[in-house]
Amino acid sequence: MRGTLDYLQYSAMPILKLVRGLSLAAAVALLAGCDAVVMSPSGDVAAQQRDLIVWATVLMLLVIVPVIILTLLFAWRYRSSNKEATYKPDWDHSTVLELVIWGVPLLIIIALGAMTYVSTHKLDPYRPLDRIGPGQPVPEGVEPLVVEVVSLDWKWLFFYPEQGIATVNELAAPVDRPIRFKITSSSTMNSFFIPALAGQIYAMAGMETKLHGVINEEGIYDGFSANYSGAGFSHMRFKFHGMSDADFGEWVAKVAAEGDTLDRDVYRELEKPSEREPVHYYADVDPTLYDAILNLCVEPGTMCMKDMMMFGHGGHGGGNVGKDDGHEGHGDPAAGHGHEQHQ
Amino acid sequence: MFDQIDLTKLIFGRLTWEAIPYHEPILIATFAAVILGGIALLVALTYFRLWGYLWREWFTSIDHKKIGIMYIILALVMLLRGFADAIMMRIQQAWAFGDSAGYLPPDHYDQIFTAHGVIMIFFVAMPLVTGIMNYVVPLQIGARDVAFPFLNNFSFWMTTSGAVLVMVSLFIGEFAKTGWLAYPPLAGIDKSPGVGVDYYIWALQIAGVGTLLSGVNLLVTIVKMRAPGMTMMKMPVFTWTALCTNVLIVAAFPVLTAVLAMLTLDRYLGTNFFTEDLGGNAMMYINLIWIWGHPEVYILILPAFGVFSEIVSTYSGKRLFGYASMVYATVVITVLSYLVWLHHFFTMGSGASVNSFFGITTMIISIPTGAKVFNWLFTMYRGRIRFDVPMLWTVGFMVTFVIGGMTGVLLAVPPADFVLHNSLFLIAHFHNVIIGGVLFGMLAAITYWFPKAFGFKLDPFWGKVSFWFWLTGFYFAFMPLYVLGLMGVTRRMSQFDDPSLQIWFQVAAFGAVLIAIGIAAFLIQLVVSFMRRESLRDETGDPWDGRTLEWSTSSPPPAYNFAFTPRVHDLDAWWQMKQHGYKRPESGFLPIHMPKNTGAGIILAGISTVLGFALIWHMWLLAGVSFLGLLVVAIGHTFNYNRDYHIPVEEVERVEAERTRVLANHG
Repeated sequence: MRGTLDYLQYSAMPILKLVRGLSLAAAVALLAGCDAVVMSPSGDVAAQQRDLIVWATVLMLLVIVPVIILTLLFAWRYRSSNKEATYKPDWDHSTVLELVIWGVPLLIIIALGAMTYVSTHKLDPYRPLDRIGPGQPVPEGVEPLVVEVVSLDWKWLFFYPEQGIATVNELAAPVDRPIRFKITSSSTMNSFFIPALAGQIYAMAGMETKLHGVINEEGIYDGFSANYSGAGFSHMRFKFHGMSDADFGEWVAKVAAEGDTLDRDVYRELEKPSEREPVHYYADVDPTLYDAILNLCVEPGTMCMKDMMMFGHGGHGGGNVGKDDGHEGHGDPAAGHGHEQHQ
Repeated sequence: MFDQIDLTKLIFGRLTWEAIPYHEPILIATFAAVILGGIALLVALTYFRLWGYLWREWFTSIDHKKIGIMYIILALVMLLRGFADAIMMRIQQAWAFGDSAGYLPPDHYDQIFTAHGVIMIFFVAMPLVTGIMNYVVPLQIGARDVAFPFLNNFSFWMTTSGAVLVMVSLFIGEFAKTGWLAYPPLAGIDKSPGVGVDYYIWALQIAGVGTLLSGVNLLVTIVKMRAPGMTMMKMPVFTWTALCTNVLIVAAFPVLTAVLAMLTLDRYLGTNFFTEDLGGNAMMYINLIWIWGHPEVYILILPAFGVFSEIVSTYSGKRLFGYASMVYATVVITVLSYLVWLHHFFTMGSGASVNSFFGITTMIISIPTGAKVFNWLFTMYRGRIRFDVPMLWTVGFMVTFVIGGMTGVLLAVPPADFVLHNSLFLIAHFHNVIIGGVLFGMLAAITYWFPKAFGFKLDPFWGKVSFWFWLTGFYFAFMPLYVLGLMGVTRRMSQFDDPSLQIWFQVAAFGAVLIAIGIAAFLIQLVVSFMRRESLRDETGDPWDGRTLEWSTSSPPPAYNFAFTPRVHDLDAWWQMKQHGYKRPESGFLPIHMPKNTGAGIILAGISTVLGFALIWHMWLLAGVSFLGLLVVAIGHTFNYNRDYHIPVEEVERVEAERTRVLANHG
């Protein structure tokens, strides 16, 4: 029992240091906020993810900081040259302390676990957005901008089905309008990531993943592949432009005016590996192309995966193909739900 | 019909002179240095007539102590290779900004980061952990050897065989350019048609045989061969962690073997397990490899936890606080380590329920881990702490590891992982726990048990130099990576556009230089200690006032470890014996039954290396011949009945009398 009291006596000082440690951490967070995009994003989803990082860190520092301080404190206080300090060579158990030892991390993990459960559901990338900012629900009648993303070796192809245009290595969206990305890959696995906008999600061939985000500030942001995909990976980058509605309209008009044709032949040429690909615009876009890429049937004479699955009656691969949005929209790859029609 | 067979292809497969990387000056210089160094070594061994000694006393030895030492030598050699890769990456990333492409083209850089990861995990961390367990566990449980001594030798040489293949890939052909887990479709035959991925597969498959068998071996040893009186709850904590680690090895490594075998079938026979179409799915590979991969990190860290538990208790001169909760924490971690693998791919599109399940199970692991940290803390509390080098590593670990643990829990929150996954933040996190945990632990373990193995302590001055450079080097090298991760920088990049990042990479490169000095100081420490071995001599066998059975025998221990099997009455068996005025028996010895050396292990592993090489290069003739050779030697070995011998009682009496004399002189 005395051991416990002594412990409490020592822990008074660490609490003061803890407060100092926390304010320090806050300062670091602010400092990092200046140029670290993850800590100062421009999209509502990424901002919520940032808040989660900060809160989780603060919660864990409640136990980490005292541990570090106590380690150094005990190491100093009980050094062998300090004959003043109590020495209890056979003391190896204290039920109260053991309860604290297991209880404190347990409480923190309960809190963090609850945060995790709620935030994972709320920030599920497959879930359509219900707000565009803190306290700003999505306005009535605003439909998300749909962008279909294809990762190629080593560049990005973006389809805008509503606008009938497509681009290589340049993405644009109006501010404060939710964006719905449908993501796939021509072959290699990549990860579609615009840190200022929202978290990343893998781009995989024969499958479609989804991501929802909204950009709240006009500006030019970095986007790239966050999953290594071979020799040209380092340059697999693009700029994401957050624009006003008017500017976005002009941008679409520009792409439509300057753009070339994108049909299956052009795509097959584009698909060949290349590095540092310049920005390219396409106006006359084959409307079935994205679906063909997703179903691995761009080559003439190949059977599309969705048809193969219909044919095979609930095939075994590519479970994410053609799933609708929403909470149920996650494909279990092995479950063979993939034969639903792609939207 | 016969003129259809291309003899050159049959014999040499894909191997041509083109496979030698003449065009890479760095590789040619390295190659030249290795060849010259190798020749010098061979000449020296021949000149000093050491071949026979090495063959009889080391290569064919089935003594767990010598095998343990050989594992650690292997790990230290491979550490130099893995670290050379690391410093090359650090230089490239500090250099290649804007118009500068640095000095490594992607083709070379991508091999380097793959090799770095593979080597550091499979051929540095694993052999260090296995080596320490091999050396210490039988001594701690009062056994004379492991359960299957020949298997132990064979396991070691199979691990070495894998390491040899990785080294060969440096000079003949290429290594994988896929990242250390070789995800398909990138690792598939379409995207990686070269020999790199095949080197990766066969090196890991061959080494994996060694790891799995050594896991079985140590598991059986701990379960069946403990000294009388050592119940499970009187086992030293290090042995407990070794037990759990080997359970994990036995359960996890077959998954790796299976997943690599499927990748092999995809590459060699055109099956479609992990292809994009025809029913294949790369997600299955990612799923399976992490079912092995996550337990793997606990395979590495648990023994390090055990080492710190031994050290903190010894140098605090105190019983370990909360032994029972330490044991339960270890077991809980062992079980939970199987329930978290999906956190490596939250971003692959599984639903919120799945992601939050795996996120929360991951966090739960931090509870027993946190309990362990507190237990070490309260072992120090009211102790008399001696700051010998192993204790410095321990305090360095406690401060560093909790930071890595915290960032790890952060990465376990799925929405946070969506922005941090694959970033340099992640790289900083796992180096934080692997260097700050596993590596610090193993360096502490080497320093701690070195006098037991060699009869003299390591020189403390150079040990402290090594510690401080490693510690500060670690912070300089990896704290900038945390920052870069928050700046949205992803891993495995060989060139950058944004000049504002450069300073952070330069600081990280400086940190790597500090670590290089730390490694150099460690090697100098070995040399200096050897030169000063007379003044560092440990005659008592118990240089640190230890608590467990390994300190009750001489340093180095005799071949038979213990003349009489000790009886255990307490958790800290040797401490208790000392407290009760234990007297060493000086008479009444009996002949000791021991296993006999055999060359079968090294021969089998040698043939396996040839087989692996042949399969990598599609040399089907050689592959067939070496496979047959493997069968013949393996079956031949089963007819070797000359496997054991007795150490005559005179020999035991002579050794023990010598120890009595040394102890008397010392006292």
